[in-house]
Amino acid sequence: MSETNAGVVIIGAGHAGGTAAALLRQYGYEAPITLVGEEPIAPYQRPPLSKAWLKGEADADSLALKPVEFYAEAGIDLILAVKVTAIDRAGHTVSLSDGRTLAYDALIIATGATARALPIPGADLKGVLSLRSAADAEELKAALGPGKRLAVIGGGYIGLEAAASARALGAEAVVIEKEPRILARVACEVLSTFFTDYHRARGVEFEVGATVEALEGEGGRVTGVRLAGGRIIACDTALVGVGAPPNDDLARSAGLATDGGVVVDIHGRTSDPDIYAIGDVTHRPLPHYRRSFRLESVANALEQARQAAAAITGRPPPAEEVTWNWSDQYDIKYQFAGVPFDIDEVIVRGDPATGKFAVFHLAGDVIQAVEAVNAPAEFMMGRKLIGQRQPISRVRLADPAVSMKEVAA
Amino acid sequence: MPKITYIEHNGTEHALDVKNGLSVMEGAVKNNIPGIDADCGGACACATCHVYVDADWIDKVGSKSAMEESMLDFAENVETNSRLSCQIKVTDALDGLVVRMPESQH
Repeated sequence: MSETNAGVVIIGAGHAGGTAAALLRQYGYEAPITLVGEEPIAPYQRPPLSKAWLKGEADADSLALKPVEFYAEAGIDLILAVKVTAIDRAGHTVSLSDGRTLAYDALIIATGATARALPIPGADLKGVLSLRSAADAEELKAALGPGKRLAVIGGGYIGLEAAASARALGAEAVVIEKEPRILARVACEVLSTFFTDYHRARGVEFEVGATVEALEGEGGRVTGVRLAGGRIIACDTALVGVGAPPNDDLARSAGLATDGGVVVDIHGRTSDPDIYAIGDVTHRPLPHYRRSFRLESVANALEQARQAAAAITGRPPPAEEVTWNWSDQYDIKYQFAGVPFDIDEVIVRGDPATGKFAVFHLAGDVIQAVEAVNAPAEFMMGRKLIGQRQPISRVRLADPAVSMKEVAA
Repeated sequence: MPKITYIEHNGTEHALDVKNGLSVMEGAVKNNIPGIDADCGGACACATCHVYVDADWIDKVGSKSAMEESMLDFAENVETNSRLSCQIKVTDALDGLVVRMPESQH
């Protein structure tokens, strides 16, 4: 790293970028830190936007990663509502949309992802929303309540959490999924069935195997979702939750290696040794699985923030983590860890009908991933066993009468 | 505001005024105190806000939910006075609380 005392510039003031800035100071970094964000507000937590916040159980203060005065106190220059338009790697500068140029010694790209838009007629109607930012969440929350009807396009976590929150707020909700089951990309069939039943019992309707052809509107506002075949699902708000591609254009334009995300190593370093990338924007190594992958989770954003901050300050790299995530829907605490690569058997521990069970994904006798519904012991011990690559007895694992501690013994 | 003392594993003390209604975890995180990671932001989903509550205070911080109990049961370096700090709400009754951080949350 060249020592010009230009310090660190972080592009993206989200969960990853905000955390990296704070960690650099925790780790004793003394040079300037500049955090540039497109949104008009200081870094905040996104997970509650579809969960507690949407239901009105969390306020703006609790969403904020740090109180707003923290940044000035910590000497972190927060530049908000401004976009970085280009990276000049040779000159070690970035250009901002307000005309300024910032110099850096180390650059961190934390630009996240953008909710994918549907390339269909009517996608620009009023009332067709996505859920990525606090502003999106405000708009969605205002549209939910008794007498309202929400159509969720895409049966992933965001969509299901929003449907659950809509029901909690008294609105009707229908989930439309193009695959034959919800959560098809991210969870196994047992989970899909469990969540479908759980939501149905709480009034959510499902349309699976349904291709959305267009959004119908009246006076510029959405009134329904038209499916292939012509049937129209009425709604007064449509939430599109069909994935979030990485915001890696800036990195690609600067000539950094990308592969469905900015390619980084286990220190968060890109193909340029002075440029790091962290969070949803990255395509990262998973040494445990001997693979590279794009993870989209807070746990990943925080792990990579720790990696990059450690590398920049010359601290030893943090220990590798087993990736994990969670989802809250109604009173369900759903936690999952690992990635189900090379699976030859799936073991269900416990009875889904009891609302407390876990699904283990195995490669041989080694657990590669666990999905736990109201089963924290299975999640915690499962995550530990994944990390240790400890072979287990499939028979004992499948028997809920054998405690997780005994399974590991 | 209640004063809470957070002691890092290396002995560094941070005495902070924490607003009523926040969790003990939020008091640390919002002030950028090292040692409490709180990856899930307080959803009781990750066990990375583990603290040891000083003996004098263990009865005053309330009891553990079944969820917290299970999460702690499988966390590292757990003692009888271990708690997840996201599950302890700050009130006037906790003025003077002392919590210690484990060596690592990961």
